[in-house]
Amino acid sequence: MQKLVTDIKEAIIRCGLKDGMCIGFHHHLRGGDYVLNMVMDEIAKLGIKDITINASSIHDGHLPLIEHMKKGVVTGLVTAYIGPAVGKAISEGILKRPVVFQTHGYRPCGMEKGEYVPDIAFIAAPTSDPMGNCTGKTGKSACGSLGYAFTDARYAKKTVIITDNLVEYPLAEYSISEVDIDYVVCVDEIGNPEGIVSGTTKLPRNPVSLKIARYAAKAIEASGLLKDGFSFQTGAGGASLAAAGYLKEIMLNKGIKGSYALGGITGYLVDMLNTGCFKALQDVQCFDLKAVESIRENPNHMEISASHYANPMAKSSAASSLDVVVLGATEIDINFNVNVHTDSNGYIIGGSGGHSDVAQCAKMTVIVAPLLRTRHAVIKNKVKCISTPGNTVDILVTEYGISVNPVRKEWEALFKKKGVPIVDIYDLQKKAEKLTGIPEEVNRKNNKVVAEVVYRDGTILDKIYQV
Amino acid sequence: MRRTMLFLPGNSPKMITNGGVLGADSIIFDLEDAVAPSEKDAARVLVREALKNIDFNGCEIIVRINSLDTPFWKEDLEEIIPLKPDVIMPTKVNDATYICELDKEISRIEENKYMHRGSTKLIPLIETAKGIENSYKIALASKRIEALYLGAEDLTADFGCSRTKEGKEIDYARGRLLCAARAAGIDAYDTPFTDIEDLKGLEKDSYYAKGMGYTGKAVIHPSHVEIVNKIFSPTEKEILYAQEILKAIEDGKKAGKGAVSLHGKMIDAPIVERAKRTLSVAEKIRGGV
Repeated sequence: MQKLVTDIKEAIIRCGLKDGMCIGFHHHLRGGDYVLNMVMDEIAKLGIKDITINASSIHDGHLPLIEHMKKGVVTGLVTAYIGPAVGKAISEGILKRPVVFQTHGYRPCGMEKGEYVPDIAFIAAPTSDPMGNCTGKTGKSACGSLGYAFTDARYAKKTVIITDNLVEYPLAEYSISEVDIDYVVCVDEIGNPEGIVSGTTKLPRNPVSLKIARYAAKAIEASGLLKDGFSFQTGAGGASLAAAGYLKEIMLNKGIKGSYALGGITGYLVDMLNTGCFKALQDVQCFDLKAVESIRENPNHMEISASHYANPMAKSSAASSLDVVVLGATEIDINFNVNVHTDSNGYIIGGSGGHSDVAQCAKMTVIVAPLLRTRHAVIKNKVKCISTPGNTVDILVTEYGISVNPVRKEWEALFKKKGVPIVDIYDLQKKAEKLTGIPEEVNRKNNKVVAEVVYRDGTILDKIYQV
Repeated sequence: MRRTMLFLPGNSPKMITNGGVLGADSIIFDLEDAVAPSEKDAARVLVREALKNIDFNGCEIIVRINSLDTPFWKEDLEEIIPLKPDVIMPTKVNDATYICELDKEISRIEENKYMHRGSTKLIPLIETAKGIENSYKIALASKRIEALYLGAEDLTADFGCSRTKEGKEIDYARGRLLCAARAAGIDAYDTPFTDIEDLKGLEKDSYYAKGMGYTGKAVIHPSHVEIVNKIFSPTEKEILYAQEILKAIEDGKKAGKGAVSLHGKMIDAPIVERAKRTLSVAEKIRGGV
């Protein structure tokens, strides 16, 4: 059986791509990804139109997509995250149909239910054999975990592996098995290593981020959840990462042996694994070289699929056993609803990723955010877009103290007892607005919906309008 | 309580806005070395407006003004004094006449603005060889003076030597300034440790200053605040000892004893004062966020 084909064009033709079909991509090569652009260029040259892309995330390296959207090659997009550059164009209304924003957990769930199943999935694989056994752990474009791509391989009607490191059959240490693969293409480069993973993730030095992180760690310690068997997820952004730094100190000082850390994995979480803070890392995506090296070498650094990560229909997922998650926010409102999709002008600058998945699952969801972002108060009366519902958020941590969601009153008594500084969210809002003033409302240009935010139960949580 | 005095450039809105949440007991808005001559007016206005509008979470506010040999100091005072900062920090203070001239100008502004005369306090920055030699006279030159603060960067330039992490070149100045301050009955604050990355070095330097008798230390980066606060906070042992002293004094009073001893050592007035100060600082730390 011959799966290896000459080039991407041949793979597209053999798969039988037609107008109106849906194609899938993963985002493990992040800002360094060449594959989505290469595939879309070939599709455009073939004159195929009206394509829906179902990609786990869209980054700013995918700027050529804007032209394909303008020319009608791409008319629909299903994703969990869109970077600000592509997000701006979409916010201004260039895409024919509204973007469907899913969560990382809902993507596999949706495909199981038959929603936006790719007719063809194109999987960038840093190493593959000619039959499609592939991995992200090795090769010049190594990205570590291929967690999100498992879904594409499993559910897409046809699956094409695109690699720049073709090795002899069989690849023993594969992540995705040949059983789901139709074709394999070898190209010169699948991505720019500098954009795929950063060298090392360093703890931030921004004093405000450090202050927020210290408060967050204090709250987590006071919650009583930080004990042997502790499970944890944090983002790779400033205060979230620094919170992990402070937790590490506490865990080492008190000899606490956690169970696992989950999610996008940084070198900092690898250090926590190696120093005994956790028994395992459950990795759906690597963020830096240290994480890539660890997942390759350390059997306790597990590669998990998006479904294993947070699929709400799975019999269980790693997210469903989470104790604490620390997440960011571009805006939060007085009802603790969080926006991570748009900026304060309504432009798309991100997306949920797994934000609302883990917020719903964890025993305690901690939002970390500075009280002020440039000239704006982070606390609003109403967020521009609800990405994560307020009833799944436990506390907001700012540099001025911690606000406890009234629906999670149980934390307040614990925090008071342990000297955690508690501030009412209305007082925090007033404090911020005293500095920034109250911004004028940004009026909607028209009622054209450019994106719908789908929650992890499949319902529409909010809509994003044209700017 | 001034364990840490954190310098923030007077021309950086972002840093000024965040001043109250960085953990320092005092923040020093700098109108002097951190601000280029062309930016002096802008910084002055920015600090003035910040004092008017921003809540600094109970931090003590100090404004470092330009020295008397520049054309800026009078305008600094004119803009800042009416906003009632807790302390003004004059720079390159060489002798008592410097303080007298400054005192006169501050008094004039206080009167013009219907402020209580003498309400503006001073912590002179001693950073020249002449200033070190005159430090006792400087400390006594005005009732406004709350403490002396040693500035080693300009001082070593004046000495004509390099500033080192070990700080042997400023040993004499540290001792002399501390002695002058204590003799005048006021506090003494140590120079900042300038290597931002070297937290071990900062720790060593801070312990050294505390060991000499300094009350606290200036810092030039927020990442230094936590360590310096910790070192200049009373230890559990010190707090327990202070409590024992006060209890022994109380028991002695009840028993009608004139002289009281603890663990075989006589307790005199300065020891009682120090014990009270220790407990007062401990109380403030416990009450803080």
